[in-house]
Amino acid sequence: MTFSPQLEARFDKLLKSYPPGRQRSAMIPMLLYGQDEVGCVSGELIDEVARRVGVTPLQVNEVLSYYSMLHRQPLGKYHVQICTNISCLLHDGDKLWERACRKLGIGHKQVTADGCISLEEVECIGACSWAPAVQVNYDFHHFVKPEELDRLLDSLREKP
Amino acid sequence: MLYNEPSPLETRVLTRRFGMPNSASLDTYLATDGYQAFVKAAAMKPEQIIEEVKVSNLRGRGGAGFPAGMKWSFVPRTSPKPKYIVVNADESEPGTCKDRVLMENDPHQLIEGVLIAGLAVDAHAGYIYIRGEYRYLIEIMDRAIAEAYEKGWLGKNIRGTGFDFDLYTHTGAGAYECGEESALLESLEGKRGIPRIRPPFPAVVGAFQCPTVLNNVETYCAVPAILRDGGAAFAALGVPKAGGTKMTCLTGHVNKPGVYELRLGFPVKQMIEEVGGGIRGGKKLKAFIPGGSSCPVLTAEECEGATMDYDSMAQRKTMLGSGGVIIMDEDTCMVKAALRIMRFYAHESCGWCIPCREGTTWLRKILQRFHDGGGVREDIGLIGDIAKNMLGRTFCPLGDAAAMPTISIVEKFRQEFEDHLHGRPCPYEAAPAAVGV
Repeated sequence: MTFSPQLEARFDKLLKSYPPGRQRSAMIPMLLYGQDEVGCVSGELIDEVARRVGVTPLQVNEVLSYYSMLHRQPLGKYHVQICTNISCLLHDGDKLWERACRKLGIGHKQVTADGCISLEEVECIGACSWAPAVQVNYDFHHFVKPEELDRLLDSLREKP
Repeated sequence: MLYNEPSPLETRVLTRRFGMPNSASLDTYLATDGYQAFVKAAAMKPEQIIEEVKVSNLRGRGGAGFPAGMKWSFVPRTSPKPKYIVVNADESEPGTCKDRVLMENDPHQLIEGVLIAGLAVDAHAGYIYIRGEYRYLIEIMDRAIAEAYEKGWLGKNIRGTGFDFDLYTHTGAGAYECGEESALLESLEGKRGIPRIRPPFPAVVGAFQCPTVLNNVETYCAVPAILRDGGAAFAALGVPKAGGTKMTCLTGHVNKPGVYELRLGFPVKQMIEEVGGGIRGGKKLKAFIPGGSSCPVLTAEECEGATMDYDSMAQRKTMLGSGGVIIMDEDTCMVKAALRIMRFYAHESCGWCIPCREGTTWLRKILQRFHDGGGVREDIGLIGDIAKNMLGRTFCPLGDAAAMPTISIVEKFRQEFEDHLHGRPCPYEAAPAAVGV
């Protein structure tokens, strides 16, 4: 399996970051960074990571099913994560979530037909003092008002 | 960058560089006494460093509040095994967003704190375990680490002291449970984040089966100031038995939510009224959570005379926790709050211990039914019963974290559960619709 030179460099660095014989430690970071490039944790990625860290694909599978950010199926190009946990809830994060579902016509962990946007109702993302908060891929959006959410979703459709 | 205006009532120790131009750069750090505490510590005996941290009364800032100096002293310094410093940057306790600003605005302060911990316990490598959602912080920390290597503040023979130290970032991939120390170590080793039975504690058997110091970001960030200005000066900022300041995240129904650095012992009322600008819309306070959703809830009456420190909160049978303050006004439905908190714990329970796995799931179902108007009177007692049967019966504190707020809400806001009986829709949500809002 071939990756971009940047990702290869990152993988090399990760494999050297842990004590001798502890390369398995690199597995979860490699899966997450790999997913960012490949689009999901594909069977091929599992085999490749298993080979590089020296475990079986089954062992990788066992671990990855635990972590909520690792996905076996591709998400939208823009993965919109809306927090509805307590601090965001107190600022109507739940209503923001329902609004996004209505606007896009999709629900939790679903992808729009054009593959552009996926939605996820997420647990606390660490933006509690600037609630309600939304994360698009890795970018944070704070103090999101309903009309701002609409504009944000529209802008993702128009992005190249 | 800062996401909220600072408050004049803050005591700025850990945040003293916030707002300076390029506050995250090594140049700014060095120009403002940066790494001087490390230089000072490198000339001290390890026991002296630990003693200084003990004198400071620094207690763990992740939530448990264990004295940091004592934790460090448990590491068998003379063990032939390598020792490790691990930073818990898996900030995910609902209500908490402080480690984010510490790493974003002053990453070198964290690196220096880690280096000093390394000197104290003879560790030569460290890992910063950062939650996966905080990707931009991994980039910020990686840049700061690269800069520190380049200028000789990390690596071999740091600035001629003869001390070697390597530091790495490590990303999580979405799991609240990995903020629990032993689950974090499992995850760091490339496994599912399932807690380990203790003892042995991480100080003796931690990362890679070796002695390990594991503290929260904020705890390490306090260490440079302690070594620089002395443990006694840090202790004097706080209250007896708990020194220094606490990064406090005001969230919920206040006019000025934000992250503020307040001295330990800061009065709760003043914090809400003056730092937070009072309750939004001139409403009254209904409920107060001092340090993340795992803490028992306080009523407005219980907040009278309360101060933000470990003892004052313990007297009120709650905890200072992580500093994630959650403020709920008079219109908040406490059944809905309890439900949302339980949905979180049911989602995040790793499933290892049955009382937690089953307890959180059943409590979520019962609370959901209640909020939907399908609750019966017997359920009120059942919620408390299930929660109490989870307490102390799990490997890690997640079961307790789910049970404690639930027990407190059922006991203190029982009337709201009664109000949901007889198939009525949630009375708190129905009210605004009736007036056309």
